[in-house]
Amino acid sequence: MKTSASPLRAQLRAELQILARNGEQLLLTLIIPVMLLVFFGMTDVLPTGFDDHMDFLTPGVIALAIMSSSMVSLGIATGFERSYKVLKRLGVTPLGRPRWLIAKVITILVVQFIQLGILIPVALLLDWQADDAQWLVAIGAVVTGSIAFAGLGLFIAGRLRAEVNLAAQNGLYLLLLLLGGMVIPFDKLPDPVAAVAKCLPSGALADVLREALVNGGDRPATSWLVLGIWALVTPVLTALTFRWE
Amino acid sequence: MNGDLSPLNDPPSLSRIDLTEPTLIVEQLCVRYGDLLAVDNISFSARAGQVTAVLGPNGAGKTSTIEVCEGIRKATSGQVRVLGLDPVKDRRILAKKMGVMLQDGGIYPSARAIDVVRQYCGLYASGRDKIVAPDELLDLVGLSERRLSPWRRLSGGEKQRLSLAMALAAQPQIIFLDEPTSGVDVNGRTTIRQIIRRLADQGATIILATHELDEAEKVCDRVIIFDKGKVLVEGGLDDVRRARRVVRLRTVRPLDLTDMPDNLAGWLVEDAPCDYSIEDAPQGLIAALAVWLSERGIDVVELRTGMASLEDTFKKLTGGAP
Repeated sequence: MKTSASPLRAQLRAELQILARNGEQLLLTLIIPVMLLVFFGMTDVLPTGFDDHMDFLTPGVIALAIMSSSMVSLGIATGFERSYKVLKRLGVTPLGRPRWLIAKVITILVVQFIQLGILIPVALLLDWQADDAQWLVAIGAVVTGSIAFAGLGLFIAGRLRAEVNLAAQNGLYLLLLLLGGMVIPFDKLPDPVAAVAKCLPSGALADVLREALVNGGDRPATSWLVLGIWALVTPVLTALTFRWE
Repeated sequence: MNGDLSPLNDPPSLSRIDLTEPTLIVEQLCVRYGDLLAVDNISFSARAGQVTAVLGPNGAGKTSTIEVCEGIRKATSGQVRVLGLDPVKDRRILAKKMGVMLQDGGIYPSARAIDVVRQYCGLYASGRDKIVAPDELLDLVGLSERRLSPWRRLSGGEKQRLSLAMALAAQPQIIFLDEPTSGVDVNGRTTIRQIIRRLADQGATIILATHELDEAEKVCDRVIIFDKGKVLVEGGLDDVRRARRVVRLRTVRPLDLTDMPDNLAGWLVEDAPCDYSIEDAPQGLIAALAVWLSERGIDVVELRTGMASLEDTFKKLTGGAP
């Protein structure tokens, strides 16, 4: 009798095992966003300009978490997989690139499910009111943002050496965290910086999430457009430039 | 270590494989990297049921050639057929029948041995009548006691054996092994040799790239020697060695090779102090040497004739160490 075991299942299991054993990725994707949410949620020191600072903070931290899992975690892991010749070795198995990519996508979705499963209850515990939240729109924003960030993370990972990629992903994470409109409002940034920041996927995702979750977007239509462009451009760029070895 | 090789007992099956037709055919292959011609118009073949050793110094073009055969790299020109398939165009079909062992790497450092083998068994399991059991594969390569160890904690030899287990998960009809015994201890080498020999006996085609000529000599049936992107020699192991006959002698004290008469000068090569060899000696040379030694009162403590070793042949052809 032929077995029904699938290469995709085998690869997905391996991806999840590697993720679970990688403490740095768990720190980046889960612990840091939760700590930021708890700290700034309890202290109210951010100049948010919102009546309830949680209305600004919760969508921003969710955007940060999505960026952590879709871009930084995926990009760093993939960069090292290139460096360790894991991708080269998998390339001569029946797995194939489409199934490798699907396994990565499902792994990210699992991580994001856990992220949201922790962040949203924590935000509610910190008195965030989610009465007006449009969850389907928020999910659409998360999916679009994930595509944009994943494309960006893989673009960097597919071109740079593993160590340089690691530094670049972490540097970009910090840059977007501080200047990307996720935890510091655009209007608190210097004008030239704010102008650039509004064109970044981080700020756009945070803005559309604010609109979806608390009806507090700064310029949601423009942010959707910016996010959509990033989600279209970065995967194409990655497909054209990615080096498997 | 398990000696019965049971996970491999459901082979690529000799009864289903034509041993007379080459399973790997390389014709006029060229691989170019910019201005560098790494592989220069080479042709060779390999058959099922045989271990074919690919030998050559660093930069000889071995890995480039093997990577074209595996479908990892595209040929600049020429043709390669593996099990009758084009490695690039028929990659998906070929991948199910082909085992690959990279020279190094290929595994995430935090991955545990059992998880890696389980992953690779799963990658090849679809549509198979029989799945290789991961624990049996680990037992086969002698890593049962290290099953829960992450790759980064394994020794160099253990990493090689884990990599071999990944290649065996394919239950391959053809297997490409790049330096499989590098860094492996004596017992591990014996195990790997047994596995390779058993796979060949079951009808698989084994392509073994190695620098370790003594290992190749112990296990291979055919030899292909590369240098500077070209194939210098291809043939059965004994044919390649027999092509060069060697006389070795050991003397009680060192000889002054600069003091030899014209008919002997240039024939003796000093392998070590008091150890000398003469390759392809013409008729009468040994007799003339015996007279010359006798005149100087130099006793010969050992005199042997035979085939050149693979290492002798290799050095002669490539002009250097492997």
